[in-house]
Amino acid sequence: MTMIFGYPLPALLSQLLIGLINGSFYAMLSLGLAVIFGMLRVINFAHGAQYMLGAFFAWFLLRYFEVGYWPSLILAPLGVALISVVLEKVFLSRVYKLDHLYGLLLTFGLALIIEGMFRHWYGTSGQPYSIPSVFTGALNLGFMILPIYRGWVIVASLVICLATWLLIEKTQFGAYLRAATENPTLVQSFGVNVPRLLTLTYALGAGLAALAGVLAAPIYQVSPLMGQNIIIVVFAVVVIGGMGSILGAVVTGYMLGLVEGLTKVFYPEASSTVIFVIMVVVLLLRPAGLFGKE
Amino acid sequence: MTEPLLEVKGLQAWYGESHVLHGVDLTVHKGETVTLLGRNGAGKTTTLKSIIGVIRKRQGQISLKGTNILPLPLHHVAKRGLGYVPEERGIFASLDVHENLMLPPKVAEGGFSLDEIYTLFPNLAERRRSQGTKLSGGEQQMLAIARILRTGADVLLLDEPTEGLAPVIVQRIGDVIRALKEKGMTILLVEQNFRFARRVADRFYVMEDGHMIDSFRADELAGRMDSLHETLGL
Repeated sequence: MTMIFGYPLPALLSQLLIGLINGSFYAMLSLGLAVIFGMLRVINFAHGAQYMLGAFFAWFLLRYFEVGYWPSLILAPLGVALISVVLEKVFLSRVYKLDHLYGLLLTFGLALIIEGMFRHWYGTSGQPYSIPSVFTGALNLGFMILPIYRGWVIVASLVICLATWLLIEKTQFGAYLRAATENPTLVQSFGVNVPRLLTLTYALGAGLAALAGVLAAPIYQVSPLMGQNIIIVVFAVVVIGGMGSILGAVVTGYMLGLVEGLTKVFYPEASSTVIFVIMVVVLLLRPAGLFGKE
Repeated sequence: MTEPLLEVKGLQAWYGESHVLHGVDLTVHKGETVTLLGRNGAGKTTTLKSIIGVIRKRQGQISLKGTNILPLPLHHVAKRGLGYVPEERGIFASLDVHENLMLPPKVAEGGFSLDEIYTLFPNLAERRRSQGTKLSGGEQQMLAIARILRTGADVLLLDEPTEGLAPVIVQRIGDVIRALKEKGMTILLVEQNFRFARRVADRFYVMEDGHMIDSFRADELAGRMDSLHETLGL
């Protein structure tokens, strides 16, 4: 058997695969957070709850309306985006002119309320969501076994990140977003409805979280705590990548997923803390993050 | 004289609790270039910002083509045909020259086409893929003007377009404003550079301490020079 640094290649590759899958979720979630922070200057602590809502939305659709996975990939993000439009209009829009701390506390409170409600209704044990039949089974790549659904998640996350990047960098909507991040008043004086742009941006970020939630549903169980478990890591990813940096969020998300996977091979005890160690080092050496502007 | 395109009556404005404009009146007719003169802090820029609506705490009346635009949200004012070029130019660092140019939505037919803009400002055509803030000060000023010309706005609010620019660039900006006048653009200009302003303006208003203290036509300028010397310190 091929060995690398004393470890069997299949074991190493399977951990890398797990790292890449985790990294896919980190990238999608930190991307949404970065989009929201870049435009609204709100540290959206409700992002984990929106991820959970996406998964639950898909689960509801399947259980009560027999609507399957594929329509859910569109309907769940749309549903969560609509809920987020209401949240933005009713709550968030009131704190834009205040210190960032108010947005953080507000969204933290919203996350606690949303997660609390779902915990009350569904308990803490997860609800199963089956893998779509087209993605059942695994591929034997020769050097490792790749579950097809996990391969799909990696491909889907890459497509989602690329599409979001194209939306922001190559479209007129993206140009409005980038310009409004710099000088919203001037952009509004040109006739662009900036308050609506803020609402759409929040809905877009929340929709991305919900889409990640639908993709996660067949891998992890649909649980009220699923967002809470991942959101702290995702915040660390965003800090390491650079708050508000789209590229930073995506690259750092995948990179840290892989680092976490490799740590599980070489020093498993540190696998749950390695991201935070990296965050501390980055904050000390480059406080704006790896891709942030100093 | 026809109805003014832009008419400001009794405009008052506040920065927080500070009362900075005290009943400003002015009119701008179609095809005119009207210049606001005054020392630093006289209220010229504040007047422009209050007209476009960047300063929200205001009272009075601002009529554009007969409609009072004062109560409108900021993004609705541009759609009525008011184009604003701020003093600090407002070029976006995250956008290249072309993206900066294409940013403001069209508000009416009849704006300059891209070909016309690139003919009027050939430097912008050459540097269309450069980051907006990498341009020289003069090029940034031209970009700031050009992007509003594309929108089809009826009235151009130009705030200190020559500030900090080399004389040769000031000359070029003057040529551009004259070219716009020939095309029938209506311009309300704030300018501290009196030599520049007298080359392009049809009428003048003079401001001091948030009040409008004088107004006169370009052909009355010679008779006003003494008082302008006193007010503006020329």
